[in-house]
Amino acid sequence: MTDTIAQLFKLLAPFNTNGTELSPDTDISTDLNIDSVTVMDFVMEVEDHFDIEIPLNVLSETRTVADLAKVVEARVKKG
Amino acid sequence: MDLLDRLKPYAERHAQMKAMGVETITVTNEQVLSPTRAIIDGRETILAGTNNYMGITFDPDCIAAGKKALDDFGTGTTGSRIANGSYALHVELEQEFARFLNRKHCIVFTTGYQANLGMMAGLAGPRDTIYLDADSHSSIYDGCTLSGAKLVRFRHNDAADLDKRLARGEGEGGRLVVLEGIYSMLGDRAPLADFVEVKKKHGFQLLVDEAHSFGVLGPNGRGLADEMGLDDEVDFVVGTFSKSVGAIGGFGAGNHPLFDYIRYASRPYMFTASSSPSSIATSLAAIRKLAAEPQRRDRLRENSARLHAGFKTLGLDLGCDVVSPVIAVKCPDESSTVAMWHELLKAGVYVNLALPPGTPGKLCLLRCSVSAAHTEADIDRIIALFSEVVAQGHGSKAAIA
Repeated sequence: MTDTIAQLFKLLAPFNTNGTELSPDTDISTDLNIDSVTVMDFVMEVEDHFDIEIPLNVLSETRTVADLAKVVEARVKKG
Repeated sequence: MDLLDRLKPYAERHAQMKAMGVETITVTNEQVLSPTRAIIDGRETILAGTNNYMGITFDPDCIAAGKKALDDFGTGTTGSRIANGSYALHVELEQEFARFLNRKHCIVFTTGYQANLGMMAGLAGPRDTIYLDADSHSSIYDGCTLSGAKLVRFRHNDAADLDKRLARGEGEGGRLVVLEGIYSMLGDRAPLADFVEVKKKHGFQLLVDEAHSFGVLGPNGRGLADEMGLDDEVDFVVGTFSKSVGAIGGFGAGNHPLFDYIRYASRPYMFTASSSPSSIATSLAAIRKLAAEPQRRDRLRENSARLHAGFKTLGLDLGCDVVSPVIAVKCPDESSTVAMWHELLKAGVYVNLALPPGTPGKLCLLRCSVSAAHTEADIDRIIALFSEVVAQGHGSKAAIA
């Protein structure tokens, strides 16, 4: 597990109200049963934590924690 | 795989409501008697959730104008303004709205939803970034998607948060910031002066959606920017005819010399039929009424203050502290909210049942919208019913039963 994924798990914890066990393959929306607005709120937390911009439209192909980690790492490097 | 399988969660939710004794969470108005009364399920019901802020829908002059337009121009335009051309009424309406808004240019769209779609897509493209308030209406989100622009959310009503996100930006393309005059669910206003300070620092272009504040706020009824004396700081204004104007349609307006060319870059303008003659004519009559009768705004303010104060006295937890025609009551959970909504309806008042994800912060709300046409007795009746059903907790008992 990469450091980014570990940090995402921590950020995801308050949104994981059903206590689903998290893995890199966890689908953020369907596995955690959270709605589209809550997913966007979570992304805001990720942006602030890593101090990066993640435009919502780049997330259309992003489903799992591992997918999101890739987006975060690419953007951290860019910044 | 059956495509419609993805609708099963909605069916399950509906079944849960039925099990609670609530047949439907949508109502059918069998007859509409006035801006504030309809027959629902055979009962005369006070309408307190229809955004009919100015109470103008049965105005005799508006109705006469609509009938005359039916006679003069027919029932429909049968196509878009690009394909079929404009009717004289469309052009007259745009001029009248530009005058009311004190803007050089105005474009009329067929619905309020399309006004936001059309403005976002007309203003921004894939190289640009749209910064929008987290609590923005769905039409703003959908407009951003249609534009292809990068979409960045900032925390609701938080100018410092916008400042931070602008600073993180990658610095290519234009930047559009989108706010709302009054937010539709909680009734709170954007702190416009704070955002104008951030605008001075970063130099973006600013759009304010005055859907719920047009006709309502400001000495001229133009909306929040008018109320705050900040019209000159707002580049673009969007609004709808379906609330204070009492018809259907929407507008975008601005002073930019290229503004009119949005018509050629906006698919929601180009590829849908233009508003029907009667709807345009009633809008035209209504905007003239709103200009000539500022007492409608005063009545609305008095009614809103009365309902707000009444709810406060009951100890209800409200969506915002500032008096606004949108007054939302926060409720504990989904099932009790549904039960209370249903009980209020049976007792003779229609309000909006607003549930996540349609609400900010996962709130469950009984949302009221006040009308200038409500009487003091109507407002007092609404307060009395909320006292019985919500404050004294009958609704929550019903939820358990």
